[in-house]
Parts: sequence; structure tokens; C-alpha cells
Amino acid sequence: MPESTHPQETVTLTIDGREVIVPPGTTILQAAESMGNRIPHYCYHPGLSAPAQCRLCLVEVEGAPKLQPSCVTQVRDGQVVHTTSAKATAMRQGVLEFYLANHPLDCPICDQSGECKLQDYVHAEGRKHGRSREPKRVFGRDDFGGDVLFYGDRCVMCTRCVRFMNEVAQDPRLTVVERGNRSVIDTFFEDGVEGSPYAGNIVDICPVGALVSKDFLHKARAWDLDHTPSVCPNCSQGCNIDLHVRDNRVQRLKPRANPEVNGHWMCDYGRHRYEWINRDDRLRRPLYREGGDTVPGEWGTVLSELLERLEETRPIRAVASPFASTEELATLRRVVDALGGGEILFRSPEADDEIPLPGFPQLARRRDLSPNRRAAELLGMKRVGDAEGRGGLESLADYTGTLIVLGDALADMDEGFGSHAALYLYLGSHPSPAATKADVVLPIPTFAEQEGTFINVEERVQRFWPGLLPPEQARPAWMPLGAILARLGAGELPATAAEAFLAAAELMPELMGLRYETIGTRGAILNEPVLVTAP
Amino acid sequence: MAYPYTHEKEVRVLSRGWGDPRTRTVEGWKAMGGYTALEKALGMSRQEVIEEVKVSGLRGRGGAGFPTGIKWSFMPGEKKGPHYLCCNADESEPGTFKDRELLRWTPHQLIEGCLIGAYAIQAEHVFIYCRGEFFEATQVLARAVEEAYEAGYIGKNILGSGQDIDITVFAGAGAYICGEETALMNSIEGRRGLPRVKPPFPAAVGLFGKPTTINNVETLSSIPHILNNGGSWYRQWGTEKSPGTKLFCVSGHVRRPGNYELPLGFPLEELIYDVCGGFREGRSLKAVIPGGSSVPIMSAADCEGCTLDYEGVVEKGSMLGCASVIIMDDSTNIVKQVRRMVDFYAHESCGQCTPCREGTQWLARILLRIEKGRGTAEDLDTLLELGDQMTGTTICVLSDSAAAPVASSIQKFKDDYLALIRRGEKVGAA
Repeated sequence: MPESTHPQETVTLTIDGREVIVPPGTTILQAAESMGNRIPHYCYHPGLSAPAQCRLCLVEVEGAPKLQPSCVTQVRDGQVVHTTSAKATAMRQGVLEFYLANHPLDCPICDQSGECKLQDYVHAEGRKHGRSREPKRVFGRDDFGGDVLFYGDRCVMCTRCVRFMNEVAQDPRLTVVERGNRSVIDTFFEDGVEGSPYAGNIVDICPVGALVSKDFLHKARAWDLDHTPSVCPNCSQGCNIDLHVRDNRVQRLKPRANPEVNGHWMCDYGRHRYEWINRDDRLRRPLYREGGDTVPGEWGTVLSELLERLEETRPIRAVASPFASTEELATLRRVVDALGGGEILFRSPEADDEIPLPGFPQLARRRDLSPNRRAAELLGMKRVGDAEGRGGLESLADYTGTLIVLGDALADMDEGFGSHAALYLYLGSHPSPAATKADVVLPIPTFAEQEGTFINVEERVQRFWPGLLPPEQARPAWMPLGAILARLGAGELPATAAEAFLAAAELMPELMGLRYETIGTRGAILNEPVLVTAP
Repeated sequence: MAYPYTHEKEVRVLSRGWGDPRTRTVEGWKAMGGYTALEKALGMSRQEVIEEVKVSGLRGRGGAGFPTGIKWSFMPGEKKGPHYLCCNADESEPGTFKDRELLRWTPHQLIEGCLIGAYAIQAEHVFIYCRGEFFEATQVLARAVEEAYEAGYIGKNILGSGQDIDITVFAGAGAYICGEETALMNSIEGRRGLPRVKPPFPAAVGLFGKPTTINNVETLSSIPHILNNGGSWYRQWGTEKSPGTKLFCVSGHVRRPGNYELPLGFPLEELIYDVCGGFREGRSLKAVIPGGSSVPIMSAADCEGCTLDYEGVVEKGSMLGCASVIIMDDSTNIVKQVRRMVDFYAHESCGQCTPCREGTQWLARILLRIEKGRGTAEDLDTLLELGDQMTGTTICVLSDSAAAPVASSIQKFKDDYLALIRRGEKVGAA
């Protein structure tokens, strides 16, 4: 191998007649992927080691006597690779036939159906008719503990789950027992993966329906789910996720790959806290106080009522929620500043400790359990209360100025909250007893129903997109707050979340130079030097 | 004392001490000229030792027949960390029983070979991986290793040469696949016995990630004799490309099955009819598997004029493998024999690679169906095609080994299959 003795910048090879240039050390599979050619594979996963055992990614390399596993074969200069030659295609068809020799055809009742790699590959390249006339092997079903259910008969023995637990979670709870055709994934002890904080990921990486989620079991068909990119709201790590939605309800959360934030993973703590998004008890109409009662009104009426009651000379204080978007928080800050400035308090829950993912050290379930605390802090808001996100608002009990509450449901406050305030504006997504005395109540969408950004623990600003339709009358808080600003002559009413973000940047120098387009789906680090190319 | 069944045509180099319990001791082995080769080797340079082995033309006796001297020279010359020598004593190939005898009769011969090999490749530690079922042999070997430690042949500063070499006897747990060199290394490391993807090859990344050479018991047992007498002395037997003597494990329908040490190139028919005494009364040759169950089956016609060296057997469409000659007379139901072998591979497949995991089982089930009279003519095509899909598509060659006897038996004994498929017909002479 004389050409590999001196280091090279790039390697040029030919895959299926097309030339591709990649860095040395790249595998054939990765090189092919970089040109949009996805070579079928099971055991290979970009976040795990590659045992080259599924034999599905074998490709023809000119000069090699046998087909080569593309997941571990590194590219070489001048290499000529065929992924769709007669030899490679026949081999894949053969391997797929072997997979089907024992795989049950229970797709109609399998949760993986529709997103199953065995279905996809067989549909694309498999034989029309199976030749096996032999009885199929039966393992049955096993409860692996936690949220994980194991259907042994569907397993293709790629061992991704075993390797995830060993290499990434570094909590070896699974193994292959027996050998040959009797090989089956099993747990060491009765507990299985119970209590292993990242075990849910093995369901995601299972290419077939062998590992399924109990929570999602028989809940929805994969093809009925809409996927919306989002950010996990359950701690300040800000794992990139997809909301999987059917019938305007989140059915499950799945990690979305981002090598800089969460790799391919997310924790079970975050994964399973989505039910609140589907709550049906919502604030659906704007409300305003007429006499002793709050009555529903139209947005126009309620807003004019609100603007009429605003007095610029009155002192103002506010309570914000670190679950609100940066755009909402920044607009609140601007309103409070325009009305003479005042303290903005926020409460945020905290866990006792972090839960790191040993094999991917950037990722941990953070102590700080709110997604946007960093934005609140950057906006000069003050954290009060305890680790449960309660208390700390005692000073507001007799407050007589203007009081604005954004997003915080004030679950620990009673119906008398804010009764002394001269003007009490409550912006929230869910009804709360503490909003009973509000003069104006405005319905806002949850993070899953609007566009916006969160700033995570490492000061990365990340966008999320609306995956659900909000209640008809709900508007992002930056809208009514922006209207107040416009009325005060302190700014313009933003037309979109992107404009609200740009307006926020005026207040937050950290966001300077960033736009929604540049943040994209991967996020952007605040204050990171911008690469300027010389003209 | 004559070791069960010896023959005057044998050339007993490795098997000279067999049957004599005295060779199990240091004293007994020394009385037969033992440990002089070690002394001689330690006085030579490593390069000279490797050169001598290259001159002898010794080829690996584990089955592949790769030249041992060349294999040793693949080890890095410059040492950057530990080197290891593994001795593969996981003799599991159906039909093979030569290494067990080498372990239980002449353990010091093997120990001496291991020490010389370790010296040549600069290894400080030798692992002898014994098949799990070899209780007696492993005990004999372990006792011999202990005695050799006490006598100063193993351990620190061997024979005052400044060389430190340790030997560990490691007992497997009874998996055929652990005889595959990289699975063997995984097993020693305490992992599941799964073959590793190559490259990297063991000489670069082997046991515990360090440069490693793996040799068969018979290979290493030949080393002391080659060092003592010189490489060209060894070439007096065998052929130009396959020099030396070889232990032939003969089993099956012959009057005197057993281990015979014969020069390579020995005629197969002479082995069957002369050395092993031929068949029972009224029986005749039907088939021979010349190299352990993994190699293609030979018909009686293939056996005519076949010489038992690596090239001679290839010429007849099979392989010498580890020279485990399984002889079948005309009473044999070939389909049943092949089904038994494929069952074995299905049972022993490690289960990593899909073609092997699923294919071996599938083949076995089809064969059983045919054997029970429920086969169809299409099954033969399916068997051949599945065999094709299992060949060259996996990490190790277990899958190929399972497919080989199926394909060759269908090719050469198709009538046996068809007779069973036309149910009710008895196979094999009455």
C-alpha cells in the first residue's frame, strides 16, 4: 500500500460511475452517502462502532476478490466501487431473503411498519416471492423494563441496542445470548433496562420492530404521523427533537440528529414529558374584566381595553416563564422597559443533579429543567423561588402597580393573586386560579404551536417550529406585547417570529448578526466569532 | 508399546512419543532429545530461526496451509509493545483428532515449539487455547507447563538467555467457532467468541490489540524437529510445495481408523486400502471427505490417483484442510451425512453474519425435509442458490464451510438426493 504512506488531503474514488472526493479515513458507505447514495445497512449506525455483521452493505470493489463491507472499508485513491452491480444487487437480494426466512410478516400489527428498514429494503430490492417453506423460529415477546418491549421474532440481530448500551450509555444491560440461529437479545437481570436514563434510544435505533416503546404501542401508524423539527423543552440541554403528531396531538418525541448538541440521542426524562402539550384545558379566548367578572371578548376589544388601561407613569413589575420563547421574553422586556422599567422575576425548576450520557459527553439531562432560562438571564430577569419552581412571589401579593405575567401558570398561588394590582395582564396557555383576578387574560400557544427560539445551557440559540395548531384565538405573546410597544411608540409590531427575533437582537447584543435563516435547524452559538472572508 | 494402530509406512516424527507416558515429563522428553532445539534456537538470531522455518517449507497445519515462516515474518520487526503467540489447540473440526494426541502424549514437544516461536516473533507471552472438551489433554498440558516452569524452560531468563517467556494454558468453553483465530482471541480476552473483521490482521492488531501470531498445535510441534535437524532435513519428506510429514486422522468405514503420520503426497488409495486396512467385507468406497467436514466431498472416482498433499487434493476438487480423512463406504446415505454436518454448522454458527446465521439453519431444514422424504426437485436448486448466497459474504468462512459439502454432494451424489425425493426408495446398498 505505497500510496497510503504519505498523508493526503483528500481521496478521489468512483462510486457507481460518479467521482467523489472525500477526506482520507472516510468509509465507502459514508462517501456514498455524501453523494446521496444510501447503501442499505442495519448494523452500522453513525453513533456506534461498526461490527460489519449484517452483511447488507457489501459492495463490489474492483480488484478485491470478495464483496467488501462498505461500513468499515476505508476509501482509497482511485478505488472503483459498484453498489448496484449485478453481483452486489444479487448479494443484497440474498441477504434480504435470509432476513425474511425467520422474520414474521406481522407488519399490520407492528409499530415499526412504515418506518421499517426491512420493509423498505425488501420493497426496493427483495425477491418477489420468498422461497422458504420451513417453519419460522419463534422467540415471543419480552418486557425489557422501562419503556421498552422486545419482540424477539422481528429482531434482525444487528446488535445496535447492545452496542448503544455498552458504548454510549455505558450501562451494559443487554447482550446477545445463545448463538447462531438461536441468538437473541436479552437482559442480564429481571430489571432489564429499567431505570437506565437513556434506554429509550434503543427503540429509535432498532431498524425493525423488535424494540418498541410501550408508551407508543399501537397508538399510531408511522405514516399517519407528521414530523416537525423542534427542541426538547424539558431541560436546558435543548436536545434537537422531532414532534411526531397525529390529529393535532403529540404522539411521541424522537431525537433529531445534531452532532453538536445531542448526537443522535435524547434522555428518557425528556422523551416522556410531552403529555402536557396535549392538555385540553386551554385558554381559548381573550378575557377582560367587566365589573366584577372576567368575560370573553374579541381580540380587538380586549386589546383596546388593555391599551386604554395602561398608564405609563405607574410602576410595573412582571413574572416571566423560562419556558417561553426568546422572542416572547425579549418583547416582554421591551414592554417593561418602555413603561419605565421594573423587575422581571422568573421561577425555574431544578433537579438535584445532572444525568450525563457517558459515551457522548456533550449531552446531559441538565440540572436546570427549563429550556430557555439562559435567555431570561441574558435579559436581566431575576430567578426567584425554589428548586420546584415555586415560591418567591410573596412581594407581589400586595403589589399595586401594573403586573404582567407571561407563561407562568402560578400553580402555587391562590385566587387572590394580583388582586391589588392596578392593572393585571396575564398571558398564558392554560387556565390558572391565579389568573382569576386578572384584568386581561390573553391566550398564547405552547412552544409546540408556534415558531420561536430557545437558548440552551451552552448559549446555543435553536429554533423550533409549530407542529400543532394552537387554539384558534391564541397568539404568540410577542404579538400583543408588540402591539403595546407600538402603541407606546417604542417599536413596531413584528409581523412574524423572525421579525420578533430581529427586534430581540436590539436588546440582546449576543444575538447580533443572527437571523432565522442562519440559525437553521442546527442552531448557532452566541457570541461566536463570525468568519469574515476577505474580499 | 505400540500406539493403537501404527503402520510401517508411517514416518513418526511428531508422533514418536505417542503411547509412552514418559514423554509427558521433562525428563522423558529430554531423554528423547527434547529441549535441545530450544537451546539451539536461543543461540541463533530471530531472523535465523525464521529463515530455518522458511527453508523447511512448513505449512500451517490448521487447515489453510499458509507457510509458517512467512507468517512469522509478518510480525513487526521493531517492537513497540507486547507481542503475543497463540497456539490454537481448539481442535473442533469434525473428523479431526490429531492435536488432542499431541497435547496428551507430547506436551513438551508443543511447549518447546511455542517457546521457539515466541522467541522468533518476540512474544513474551504464549496462550495455548485448548478446546473446552479436552479435559484430560488440558490437564496433561497444564502439568507439563508447570514442570517446565520449574525446570527453567519457561518464565524469567530462560536457560540463562535473558529471554522471558510465559505460557498460559487457556481452556475454552466448547464453541467450534473459537477455533477461528480472531474468535479465539476474543475468547481469551473474555468476550463472546465472535470472529473479527479483517483487516486489521492479527499480525498488526491481534490479542488485546497487540501484534499476534496464531499457529496450530501440529505446526508448533514440528518446530523443534526442524530447528534440531535443519530445514532441508524436513524437506526429505513430502513434495516440493508440501514438504514434511503430516498427521492424518482417518475415521469412517475402514478397518483401522486412527492417527497416522505420513509424508505429504501419500496416495489416498494406499491410505485407505493399505494403511487403514480397507473396508468391511463386501463394501466398497463411496465417498471421502479428505480434510475435515468443511471441505468438498470427493466421489470414489475423484479418489483415483489422488495424492494427499495441498496441491494434489485441490486438483481433485477438494482441499487437504487439516487432513482429517472421513471415509464412507457404499452403505452411506450421503444426504443424511451432509444433513448431519450442516446441522453441526447451524448449531455452531456464532450468529453474527446474516447469511450464516439464517442460511445454515435453512439448509439444515431443507436437508432434513429431503431426508424424511418430503423434498422436491426445486429444493436442490434452492440449496445450491442459498449456498452461493452464503459463500464469500461473511466475516469468517464457517458459512462457506457449511455450503461446500452441500454443493459438492449435490454435484456428485445427485442420485442419492433424487432417490429420496422420489420418496420410498432406499438409499445405499442393502
